[in-house]
Amino acid sequence: MSTTREAAPPSGAAAMEVDRLSVDVRTPEGTAHVVRDVSFTVRSGETLALLGESGCGKSMTAQAVAGFLEPVADVVGGEIRLNGSDLLALSAAARRRLAGPGLAIVFQDALTALNPVFTVGTQLAEPFRIHERLSRKAAKAKAVELMERVGIPEPRSRVDAYPHQFSGGMRQRLLIAMAVALRPSVLIADEPTTALDVTVQAQIMELLHDLRAEQDTALVLITHDLAVAAEHADHVAVMYAGSVVEAGPVGDVFADPRHPYTRGLLDSVPGSRNRGEPLRFIPGNPPDLRAVPTGCAFRTRCPIAREDCATHRPELSETGLGRAAACHYWKEAAHA
Amino acid sequence: MLAFLWRRIVSSALPLLVVILGVFFLARLTGDPANLYLPLSATPEMRAEFAARNGFDQPVVVQFFDYLGQIARLDFGESLRTAQPAAQAVLQAFPATLQLAGTTMLIAIVAAVVIGSLAAYRPNSLADRAASLLSSTSASVPDFWFAIMLVLVFSVTLNWLPTSGTDGTAAWVLPILTLLIRPFGVLVQVVRGSMVSALSAPYTKVARSKGADEKRVIFGHALRNAAAPALTVAGDLTVSMINGAVVVETIFGWPGIGKLMIDSILERDFAVLQAAVLLTALTIFALNILIDVCYALLDARVRQGVTA
Ligand code: SF4
Repeated sequence: MSTTREAAPPSGAAAMEVDRLSVDVRTPEGTAHVVRDVSFTVRSGETLALLGESGCGKSMTAQAVAGFLEPVADVVGGEIRLNGSDLLALSAAARRRLAGPGLAIVFQDALTALNPVFTVGTQLAEPFRIHERLSRKAAKAKAVELMERVGIPEPRSRVDAYPHQFSGGMRQRLLIAMAVALRPSVLIADEPTTALDVTVQAQIMELLHDLRAEQDTALVLITHDLAVAAEHADHVAVMYAGSVVEAGPVGDVFADPRHPYTRGLLDSVPGSRNRGEPLRFIPGNPPDLRAVPTGCAFRTRCPIAREDCATHRPELSETGLGRAAACHYWKEAAHA
Repeated sequence: MLAFLWRRIVSSALPLLVVILGVFFLARLTGDPANLYLPLSATPEMRAEFAARNGFDQPVVVQFFDYLGQIARLDFGESLRTAQPAAQAVLQAFPATLQLAGTTMLIAIVAAVVIGSLAAYRPNSLADRAASLLSSTSASVPDFWFAIMLVLVFSVTLNWLPTSGTDGTAAWVLPILTLLIRPFGVLVQVVRGSMVSALSAPYTKVARSKGADEKRVIFGHALRNAAAPALTVAGDLTVSMINGAVVVETIFGWPGIGKLMIDSILERDFAVLQAAVLLTALTIFALNILIDVCYALLDARVRQGVTA
């Protein structure tokens, strides 16, 4: 795993602070606590990776932040502050005004996220039509500019084409273009490269990276891919069973994990940490979120769990400069 | 677009020919018109003269080719009953049917879009369940029974509405209600179904993430996608409505093409029957092409022959 990236850029102002966010999902078999007391901060010009396996609550966190929870899911606690104001306290109309210039999101499924019956130009022009009330013509000119910026060849002639006439990678570029159209303070990218092949993935990540720097945006990158996080994030928040279990600068966390789960995760992929050793996998499966173990949610799979792990839930607490872990015995995890 | 139109026209021409053929021969199975138009005491000479005058003395196949030739010259023959040109009889009756079917379909589509979208907006809400009860009932009521009940309640018992004729708005109510009931129910269900999937599609979320308000999301993004399946069904329903007009026009004495067809079958008025069926078939043919054109206009993938 690469830990040699240049030092994190000077930290800007906190663009978004998520504070003890909790989300419940109602299921026929009971309530699932899919996001539990998640807190993180992301600064302008910085990338935060929300890292975890599928089902760990990272996507649900993103959806809650962006305001796109399914009707069966509810935010049951916490605050989401965008440039200081609490999104959850805003009216629907006020949130709509922020959707685009304040907070934008790039969704997972590039292939179906564009509306098949409208030209890409119409869809790219929409943010300008809605928020800046530009004329059709002016908005279309902006759309062409955007297409050019995200690397679509021949934007002038392709602005009137339909989504099905573009490749998967190009569609993802179009979605990104739409998201960054109004230079959002915070951009959430939810597994932005899932449906794409590897070479295209790298190009898309590169594009997000450049746009972030150019627009001084705070980027929240939702991913399950350690390599993507290592390469493109400044900070990382590792999630397990709905909670953040470890957070810190990505190089530090990956070089010296302080939570047994992060350790297990790093040991299960080939990299410099475990060169020459056999890969180790974390035994067992993540818990059912309708019946999370008492105390520490990871205790059923943790190699160093003790009795009080079952009775006391570990809080995310500081373990060093800018670092935090939610483990009673993080010192042991660090040196195991 | 022109190539697309041409493809559709060519592929619809064959069914049209089959219809012409079918009606021509089936009509002649209803019996000899001479029995109806000549007195019982008619002599064989009179019968022969009647047959010769109307071309019935020729072999059926020859009659058929003569008929095709006439059609090509836009000559549809004369009514046995009134000696009026068949084309004229049919064209006189047709507007009444078109008005009835058109008005009904317009009401059905507008009502279905409004009710279906409302229901789809909050699936399983009270409004949704009410709409689904209403639409499934409405889609499954037999229309002839419904027509008779309407007449019983509103005309016979309450005496509010006339049972037949076309005079005044009141005369329109019962025929329209009868024709409306099934298409309305079916369309509400189709619109609801396709709106539910359109409203939960990823592109709807993307639209919201751009700050689009609910009006824009529902009527801009979702409805445009939901329109294609609804349109297909609406087209089919319109076709069956033109057929269903036979029942409704007969019950309510509506002087349209349906009533004309029934009358000309009873009277063995071949020329009029053939002209009426041909015009109906042509209308349906044109309607299908119109639907395809709308479909192609709505969705570029259809226009470009993409099947993804
Ligand atoms: S708190 Fe206990 S069970 Fe949880 S990770 Fe730490 S040691 Fe393991």
